[in-house]
Amino acid sequence: MGRWSAGVIPYAEMGYWRPDYVPKDSDILAAFRITPQPGVPPEEAGAAVAGESSTATWTVVWTDRLTSYENYQAKCYRVEPVPGADDQFIAYIAYDLDLFEEGSIANLTSSIIGNVFGFKALKALRLEDMRIPTHYVKTFQGPAHGIVMEREYLAKFGRPLLGATVKPKLGLSARNYGRVVYEALRGGLDFTKDDENINSQPFMRWRDRFLYCMEGVTKAQAASGEIKGHYLNVTAGTMEDMYERAEFAKQLGSVVIMIDLTIGYTAIQSMAKWARANGVLLHLHRAGHSTYTRQKSHGVSFRVIAKWMRLAGIDHLHAGTVVGKLEGDPYTVAGFYDTLRKDKIEADPRKGLYFDQEWASMPGVMPVASGGIHAGQMHQLLHYLDEDVILQFGGGTIGHPMGIAAGAAANRVALEAMIKARNEGRDFLQEGPDILRAAAKHSRELDVALATWGDITFTYASTDTPDVLETPVVS
Amino acid sequence: MRITQGTFSYLPDLTDEEITLQIAYALDNGWPCSIEYTDDPHPRNSYWEMWGLPMFDLKDPAGVLMELNECRRTFPNHYVRLNTYDARYGRQTTALQFIVQRPANEPGFRLTRQETADRQVRYTMHAYATDRPEGERY
Amino acid sequence: MTAFGMRPPAPGEESPPELLSPDTVVDLARERAESQVDEVLDALDTELVGLAPVKTRIRQIAALLLVDRVRARFGLEAARPSLHMCFTGSPGTGKTTVAVRLAELLHRLGYLRKGHLVSVTRDDLVGQYVGHTAPKTKEVLKRAMGGVLFIDEAYYLYRAENERDYGQEAIEILLQVMENQRDDVVVVLAGYADRMDSFFSSNPGMSSRIAHHIDFPDYDTAELEEIGLLMLAREGYGLADETGPVFRSYIELRREQPRFANARSIRNAIERARLRHASRLMATAAKVDLAALTTLRPEDFRASRVFAGG
Repeated sequence: MGRWSAGVIPYAEMGYWRPDYVPKDSDILAAFRITPQPGVPPEEAGAAVAGESSTATWTVVWTDRLTSYENYQAKCYRVEPVPGADDQFIAYIAYDLDLFEEGSIANLTSSIIGNVFGFKALKALRLEDMRIPTHYVKTFQGPAHGIVMEREYLAKFGRPLLGATVKPKLGLSARNYGRVVYEALRGGLDFTKDDENINSQPFMRWRDRFLYCMEGVTKAQAASGEIKGHYLNVTAGTMEDMYERAEFAKQLGSVVIMIDLTIGYTAIQSMAKWARANGVLLHLHRAGHSTYTRQKSHGVSFRVIAKWMRLAGIDHLHAGTVVGKLEGDPYTVAGFYDTLRKDKIEADPRKGLYFDQEWASMPGVMPVASGGIHAGQMHQLLHYLDEDVILQFGGGTIGHPMGIAAGAAANRVALEAMIKARNEGRDFLQEGPDILRAAAKHSRELDVALATWGDITFTYASTDTPDVLETPVVS
Repeated sequence: MRITQGTFSYLPDLTDEEITLQIAYALDNGWPCSIEYTDDPHPRNSYWEMWGLPMFDLKDPAGVLMELNECRRTFPNHYVRLNTYDARYGRQTTALQFIVQRPANEPGFRLTRQETADRQVRYTMHAYATDRPEGERY
Repeated sequence: MTAFGMRPPAPGEESPPELLSPDTVVDLARERAESQVDEVLDALDTELVGLAPVKTRIRQIAALLLVDRVRARFGLEAARPSLHMCFTGSPGTGKTTVAVRLAELLHRLGYLRKGHLVSVTRDDLVGQYVGHTAPKTKEVLKRAMGGVLFIDEAYYLYRAENERDYGQEAIEILLQVMENQRDDVVVVLAGYADRMDSFFSSNPGMSSRIAHHIDFPDYDTAELEEIGLLMLAREGYGLADETGPVFRSYIELRREQPRFANARSIRNAIERARLRHASRLMATAAKVDLAALTTLRPEDFRASRVFAGG
């Protein structure tokens, strides 16, 4: 049976399996973790993914012959077994740049993850990583400001930034909410944050929240002489509403606004464009990502989401804590942080990075570590996450027995003491608890914080881990 | 009040020995140091006065400390800060910045509120010290 | 509003380092081995031919500093010795090389934090107009901190004929740092002995701050020959048997001529001999072996103007 005979023929024979193909520098590359149905050879499964994410349909169509179809076919050029998982394979697929519209995450994702994830010949499918060629990188705006500009804008250098999410998440009136903002910022934090589901509910409408939060922010600025910010969440049901809220935030003098991942890729790109044009930092909360990033066999890896979001143009992105309450294997999280912060990234299977990635000077995104972290872990946080990161201590600030401002001060003292010790050349990871205890001698706030949370750890095994090594859980 | 700009403002003021260790950290990273002073600590005052040029190619912290002490002697009632600069490609910005001298008395800032329509308030931050002319403020 | 987290440390929290009890016995040989000074002293020996008095002085200084360190551990009052020095001698007598080793030595003994050498002359220190000199001198001092500042032909800083010369300003800044920041930098002044003497007599302040005067004697012919052979060996050359006497007589003649600069003149002579050697090979030999490539012949030296009596 020939290639063009009517009927169903294997994808591999239709040209989607090309073990001899050498990817071009301008190709977009994808690494998929595939779990074929029993009896389906891995090469055919890989070819099917290539086919279904590019030109193919389930049967032969003669209209293919009206195109220079070989250009548009994605090519599965390598399939590798996954160590320790008999039924899983990594399929490497190359896509010609012509397949994608310039500067559109929506178009990129519609192709790569549009149809193929429901494909019956596969039990499960996961997009592990992508190589975005510089040719394509350069068609995106990238972060509205980036790490360097953010630091210069805030005049804060040489240390992680500190933040906290206002708690409780739901139910505070605007006036009470602003109190938390003021206390946390005057106590020593750089940022406070709306939570992802704080938008404009009956108990607190957005405009009232913005007014009271900015009263708190400005008052704390005057009390400290430092630039402070509150991530005003402008997430709403329509773009029109989001623009209205963002404009109001800007008018009130806020240095930062916030959106949720749930608003969709196009809305994110629109807000990034707005943020650059209006000189306001853009914080993204990755609400909902775990529905597709957490399971190792199916979905989309967070490192791919991180890559898309850097292209889309946000300034902040939650990327895991390693030591906190939420999912995060240390090496995998290091892969996320590299993806957000570095300019040239080398493939590193330990970190789950399948490809080299060159960002061509596109600014970095500030990663945010949030969820179940506290001052007593400062040495570990600095060790795993380094300096360009926002550490968010929500409960660890607001739950302080001496009050919110004291909680904030405890975090700031712990952070500055750790940075000082690190710069002095001390082995701060080993000596961390001593360094904190010594700093607590000069700070009752820190002393109390250590007494309250010093021993709290979250030790559960991570589910999203690299294939290549056993990774101990950090406590 | 105590202005908390710069890293280490939440710790007891650094001694000369502690400052020396921070300078050594910068030099080991290949970051030149520079010294700036001001009597206008408004957080949007980006350009404090430069105490000479950034000090390139130094091997040892003593040279930086020498200039720092001279600056502090000349302006005993000003804010003085130490900057280290990272000129690496892709970075090209300040690497670390911290205050190494502050006036004995810091009056801080007045927050002026201008009430407008729709419950909006326009805020202005004003350093009390800048009520007096430059050089006579602290 | 309350300020947070800035309570000053309580007094007495820092404990002073513990002193050795009077009946402790310290293993001096081990101290010496741990400081690794011998490596530097040995390097000085192998690197530099002759200079016996210089090497002796450096060894003495090393011994003093090592013993001082041990004394300090017993709590014996050991004011930091002044280490500023003056190296006098003709050009090419090894002053810079010794200064490099000295910097390394002082670093290993803990008297200098970095142990690098910054070598300057008047032009690096003295400016062209009012207000130019102080920043220039300070710039140099800052770069030298943690190491040795080597000022070659230091007497040019002082010009007796012009009392408004900016050199005086540089001298004053140097003096201040030499006095107040002895822990931070060691200054070595270098130059001809006679001119240095008159420099010191017009600048008593400088003279009083120099603890060690070390004289670098001119090399004799045999030493210069040894130096030459050492230089040749390092660059992969040797002399043919019949070249030896020619080289020696070259040295003897050159020493008598003006602008003789000891080892530096030998270095230059060897450079020129290499040029002639290469030209000779290109002109005469179509094929060469290793011996031809590495052997300097009498004519490579004899073509020198030195032999023409000039």
